[in-house]
Amino acid sequence: MSQKEKLVVIGNGMAGVNTVEHILKLAPNQFDITIFGSEPHPNYNRILLSYVLAGDSKVDDIVINSYEWYEEHGISLYTGETITEINSETKIVTSDKGTTISYDKLIISTGSNAFMLPLPGADKEGVIAYRTIQDCEYMMEAAKNYKKAVVIGGGLLGLEAARGFLNLGMKVDVVHICDSIMERQLDRTASKMLQEKLESQGMNFLLNKQTEKILGKDRVKGLKFSDGSKVDADLVVMAVGISPNVQLAVDAGIEVKRGIVVNDFLETSVKDIFSVGECAEHRGIGYGLVAPLFEQGAVLAKKIAGVDTNPYEGSVVYTKLKVSGVDVFSGGEFIDGDNTKAIKIEDEFSGIYKKVLVRENKIIGAVLFGDTSDGTRLMQMIRNETDITGYEKAAILKDPDENSGKGSSVADMSDDEIICGCNGVSKGTICSVIKEQGLTSVEEVKNCTTASRSCGGCKSLVSDLLEYTIGDEFDKSAQKETMCECTDLEKEEIVVQIKEKGLSHVREVMSVLDWKNEEGCSKCRPAINYYLGMVNPKQYQDDSTSRFVNERMHANIQKDGTYSVVPRMYGGVTNPADLKKIATVAEKYNVPKVKITGGQRIDLLGVKKEDLTNMWEELDMPSGYAYGKAVRTVKTCVGEEFCRFGTADSMGMGIQIEKRFERLNTPAKVKMAVSGCPRNCAESGIKDLGVVAIDGGWELYAGGNGGVKLRKGDLVATVKTEAEVIEYTEAYLQYYRETGVYGERTSEWVERLGVQHIQDILADEAKREELCGRMDTALSVLKDPWKEAVKSEKIQKDLYEVIEAK
Amino acid sequence: MNNLKSDKSWVEVANYDDLPVNSGKTVRFKEKELAIFRLTSGKILAIENRCPHKDGVLAEGIVSGEYVFCPLHDRKIDLSSGLVQKPDTGCVTTFDVYVENGKVYIALLEKSEIAS
Ligand SMILES: Cc1cc2nc3c(=O)[nH]c(=O)nc-3n(C[C@H](O)[C@H](O)[C@H](O)COP(=O)(O)OP(=O)(O)OC[C@H]3O[C@@H](n4cnc5c(N)ncnc54)[C@H](O)[C@@H]3O)c2cc1C
Ligand code: SF4
Ligand code: FES
Repeated sequence: MSQKEKLVVIGNGMAGVNTVEHILKLAPNQFDITIFGSEPHPNYNRILLSYVLAGDSKVDDIVINSYEWYEEHGISLYTGETITEINSETKIVTSDKGTTISYDKLIISTGSNAFMLPLPGADKEGVIAYRTIQDCEYMMEAAKNYKKAVVIGGGLLGLEAARGFLNLGMKVDVVHICDSIMERQLDRTASKMLQEKLESQGMNFLLNKQTEKILGKDRVKGLKFSDGSKVDADLVVMAVGISPNVQLAVDAGIEVKRGIVVNDFLETSVKDIFSVGECAEHRGIGYGLVAPLFEQGAVLAKKIAGVDTNPYEGSVVYTKLKVSGVDVFSGGEFIDGDNTKAIKIEDEFSGIYKKVLVRENKIIGAVLFGDTSDGTRLMQMIRNETDITGYEKAAILKDPDENSGKGSSVADMSDDEIICGCNGVSKGTICSVIKEQGLTSVEEVKNCTTASRSCGGCKSLVSDLLEYTIGDEFDKSAQKETMCECTDLEKEEIVVQIKEKGLSHVREVMSVLDWKNEEGCSKCRPAINYYLGMVNPKQYQDDSTSRFVNERMHANIQKDGTYSVVPRMYGGVTNPADLKKIATVAEKYNVPKVKITGGQRIDLLGVKKEDLTNMWEELDMPSGYAYGKAVRTVKTCVGEEFCRFGTADSMGMGIQIEKRFERLNTPAKVKMAVSGCPRNCAESGIKDLGVVAIDGGWELYAGGNGGVKLRKGDLVATVKTEAEVIEYTEAYLQYYRETGVYGERTSEWVERLGVQHIQDILADEAKREELCGRMDTALSVLKDPWKEAVKSEKIQKDLYEVIEAK
Repeated sequence: MNNLKSDKSWVEVANYDDLPVNSGKTVRFKEKELAIFRLTSGKILAIENRCPHKDGVLAEGIVSGEYVFCPLHDRKIDLSSGLVQKPDTGCVTTFDVYVENGKVYIALLEKSEIAS
């Protein structure tokens, strides 16, 4: 029989489980813990759902504690089970499946439900809330069959949902009752800027609209507004607010107002029953954000574990919109009043707006748009009620380091204060890990605690904490981006050392440069292998064990362990014979899916690794390098040959470029395009290198990207002839090869070096010549890997064979 | 060793010399799929060929020292204990390996089954 006290937690969400995590640290053996959760998942990071919906994360990536974690800590977990009754007399809780458990201490952390407007028609199919994994999955599934979504609610959640729909390829309207969006977090200026930004991303706003009715028979067809207008919809998401989930508490006779009423120690009106999270109401406030819930959790954990604690006295909240390409931050009070003064910066050119609100010489709130890097620092000042008498006012927004001791503001924080809101990591946790494990870099802290692993917003605070905890030993300048944990060196330094010391093997680099792990890791090995090849293309013997699987196997690994094969197709141009060959091979090897890639190539998906070499042999086409940090494709439009607008032979130019640079290793993948006129049908504006024909010449655009961080390429040169296009491209790619950090796309590289700098290099004839010369050497040694594999029995055996044991 | 050998269902899987150094190899045996690794040190280690995170094929990971990095999302896994390294969690089943006369044998009972 265990002598332990029985702790039962109702609600397997962010607040409840966070509290349990604290309790486990404070008193690992004091309790027998049982957790109930209605959702059929282990505890996950609800905040990150928006990333899942936007396609940037997968459901599994947002799980905070896996089932093993519960097991390891001896926690009995009941998922998919809802508690329906608390009997505070007998101290027993009962679930909908009939499970009964008695408790000594009970925590109610049931969160809230999305508030559904009681509109006529709200029960139709296709009308949903946005709260859980299940909602998120429903939306993603619906996006496959339906085209038009309407989000009701122009707040944080509504906008994140709308952005998700855009990513899922749906059209989306956001309906909002006020005339400005996120009005509870933003002032008018910021709200307008945000609206414009989102409109430019494709969102449509219907402001000042009050929904009257949801139309449709069984499934939603549209909405009708009070002004008589209508809008079509196949899917309606209500994101208009939340209501604390309190029924259980009400039935048990616990005092409930809007939320479950708790005191400064999170105690409810009934003995031994506590409440934390969105379902609780503290000093009249219910919080709908995680940071305050974590602060509550830290106090509650101590209370329950019998450790002395300060009372919880409420939180100052802040929000950040998690929509790619838009930086919005808001904290504290933000609406100008009679006794407030504001410090503002408004830069219409860069789309930056910052406002800090001051009352009686204290900062009480801030709104930031376009550049939110000051956010965490300002929040500190708001929380600490920093008196800014004597500060140069404009400097409050500018240079953080000048305002006396940025580092000292973390000193004033209490140990319970949350540094990383996404993952709920407190100052105390970070500091003790730094001390116990002797950490010296932000990267290490990230790996040990997960702080700053999600949105990265708290990086500067983590860095301050390092400085504060280890003092002089923490050299901020040493917080350069080291290549990985295995070394303190930066990329540039490694390349210099390779050259100076004449290093020629991956292992040699590691031992000469004092690597901390003898054989490195998955980050440094591929990087060093690339640098060695870049520095010494002729002599260097490529180390295939230091290549990521795709480049080792010369095919793209898919999530189920099969591969995809993409034959080279210069400039996206093919012919019937090649098409037949591809079709025959695809049929023979039962390729489950054949698809055209974004770069105009044919993708054979779902190939078993044992089949790869045979397929290549039968295809007898060069590898398309669709898998490598290498030159991939040159997309083209039809151009002069067929198009009535074309002024140049874009296909011919594209083929030439692709033939010239095929197989070239680069720091990250390189995609190119050639368009026959400024209409740009090949999308040259968002490529690593985009070539656009103009009357009498060609324009070259650098650093464009159509990926997560959408970036428009910059014009870096205008030339006259096709030969010059090749020459400038050689110089450009070689310069990128030499100065790019491994893994860095040209979009980041161009920004790091500056457009002007790249223009200057390309304009300099002598530099161009040197670069082209080195490019020649680099290109001279490349061989088609598919051919090599087909020829070599050893390669086939080493890499592609599967042993069938008997 | 011999004694041990007779206790377990050892299966011959490969010639030691045929295994590529510092990379993984897939081995199928009935329903099981394993990844065996010949490390730079010469040691051979075998684990289940699926990452606990999302089933990444571990035989295809980058091998460094006694660790393999999953090719799908870069979880770092200790090849001798099967433990996923921090900050991630989880573990992979490991299998005993034994080399005799240039042949590699694997105990197709999992280590844990043997220990208990
Ligand atoms: C899409 C989305 C994005 C968000 N983004 C942000 C953000 O960027 N920043 C931020 O700070 N906050 C954000 N939030 C809010 C944040 O997620 C919540 O404030 C936080 O999750 C609340 O934690 P909680 O533990 O109180 O409730 P929850 O995390 O909701 O957990 C409550 C759990 O209790 C379970 N439960 C309820 N009743 C019972 C019962 N009777 N028996 C058993 N189990 C029960 C529920 O199923 C649920 O899993 C976001 C929320 C959503 C939905
Ligand atoms: S970019 Fe110009 S030339 Fe090329 S297809 Fe479009 S319109 Fe025609
Ligand atoms: S599947 Fe292995 S790390 Fe994700």
